[in-house]
Amino acid sequence: MAENKIYGAIAAFKSDTEILEAARKVRLAGYSKFDCHTPFPVHHLDQAMGMKRSKLPYFIICCTIAGFTLGLLLQWWTGAVDYKLVIGGKPLFALEFATPILFECSILLTAFGAVFGMLGLFNGLPTFYHPIFNAEISKRITNDRFLVSIEAKDPQFDATKTTEFLQSLHGAEEVQLVEA
Amino acid sequence: MANTHGSFQIKSEVVNRAKPIAAGVAILGWVGAIIAYFSNHDQFFSSYLFSYFYWISLSLGATFFVMIQRQTQAEWSVVVRRLAETVMTHFWVLAPLFIPILFGLHSLYEWTHTEVVAKDELLKGKSGYLNVTFFVIRAVIFLAIWCFLSWKLYSYSVKQDTNGDPKETKRAAWLSAPGIPLLIISASFAAIDWLMSLQPHWYSTMWGVYIFAGGGVTFMALLILICSWLRSNGILDEVITVEHYHDMGKLMFAFNVFWAYVSFSQYFLIWYANLPEETGFFIDRQVGSWLGVSLLLAIGHFIAPFIILLARGAKRHRLILPVMAGWMLFIHAVDHFWIVMPIRNPNGVAWGQLWMNIATWAALGGTCAFFFLIRLSKHSLIPVQDPFLEESMEFENA
Repeated sequence: MAENKIYGAIAAFKSDTEILEAARKVRLAGYSKFDCHTPFPVHHLDQAMGMKRSKLPYFIICCTIAGFTLGLLLQWWTGAVDYKLVIGGKPLFALEFATPILFECSILLTAFGAVFGMLGLFNGLPTFYHPIFNAEISKRITNDRFLVSIEAKDPQFDATKTTEFLQSLHGAEEVQLVEA
Repeated sequence: MANTHGSFQIKSEVVNRAKPIAAGVAILGWVGAIIAYFSNHDQFFSSYLFSYFYWISLSLGATFFVMIQRQTQAEWSVVVRRLAETVMTHFWVLAPLFIPILFGLHSLYEWTHTEVVAKDELLKGKSGYLNVTFFVIRAVIFLAIWCFLSWKLYSYSVKQDTNGDPKETKRAAWLSAPGIPLLIISASFAAIDWLMSLQPHWYSTMWGVYIFAGGGVTFMALLILICSWLRSNGILDEVITVEHYHDMGKLMFAFNVFWAYVSFSQYFLIWYANLPEETGFFIDRQVGSWLGVSLLLAIGHFIAPFIILLARGAKRHRLILPVMAGWMLFIHAVDHFWIVMPIRNPNGVAWGQLWMNIATWAALGGTCAFFFLIRLSKHSLIPVQDPFLEESMEFENA
């Protein structure tokens, strides 16, 4: 193992209460690059890990404004500037008839921003390979085990100290280092 | 569990401080209303109708809110449901206060003038529906439905406080299933009868839902203000948490978007079709200062609240949310003012007679508030025996 690069250290737990406590302790010990892997969503795990709220909404609102602006320009440019055509005696451009299309354009780009922003920019999906699966115990995180992993990239990471620290957590088992 | 009876009673000093204010506003309002009646009774009746429908629409919103929560057996809203149920009971004081409108029918509604109807083909055709007898029968039916629904829903809830019977929850859910369509249909017809028939040549199929949506958003605003008032007095401040405010804020926001959607659809279809029998409503509201009121509604009722309340932080803020709720109560009054008054004052807002609107609004509002305070001190502020109470107290937004 020594010649290979280390991804980080993991510890397995048997219950959601144990992983909540473990996540809290890992955060309080000063680690920042760590993650929890659970078979189901655990309530309050985000608070225990000290996760900040997603930045995604700011990205989405920019998409919304872009959609609104593009929709406005599209209708005004095509109808009132580039190809003037009176239809049904209506003005060449009016907010009244522009509104439904403004709404649709805003919603369209909002939805694109939300879905592709979530996938591409913020939540890391799709991930086809993850180093923690080099450990046999990780196969059970879709079944009956809760995992904490601390990455070697963490400035506080130290192979022996971090392993000892994980060992000291209540309920920790199968503490080990995993290869990258 | 802090389920001991009486611990969620309102503090008597808070009620005793608020009651004289409500009574004072009501008395001043009624004095103003009487002076208004004798100085210009046509103007008075329009103002009274405006105020009456304003306060009725709030209780309609409350009844709808309670029935939706009951029907879906919602858990989050249990701690605020009793306050909504108390607003719902305003119907009991508002129902008899419909009588003054009956004396003003001739002054308010063109279709009550037989000589005008005889000369008018359209009104003659509508006279099977728009005649005084049928109008009064319908009004009695609407008010009876609303009083019945609010009485039943209220008493199920209050009875459960003492007998702790979970079947009361089932009964309320059972009543709400037919109650929701019954309420919405009767409210739509009331909106058509009392407001749309002010301009008997004009019609809009969006009208009922437009009025209903306005009542929904304003009731949510009122509920937020009531909760904030209790919180500022240190009552229920640990029971109604920021999570509940957040949800009430979301509902207010959603109802407001719904209101905007409906009112824009109404305007947009009429604008696009451009049929003379439909455009009258909006042409009347572009004359003189009414144009300003129309624009104020578009900006103040939708665009500004939409932008301000969009962020999650604003809906959870201790100050922004109640301030916006107060603004929604005001702008809803502008909305109803804009519906009722242009018929009386076609050339623009009658600034000299604006005090009549304020007086009648205060008279009915003060009366409702006084009644609300009496009701509120008679029972616990939250349904203490509700089976979902604990879930509601622990509720958190994901």
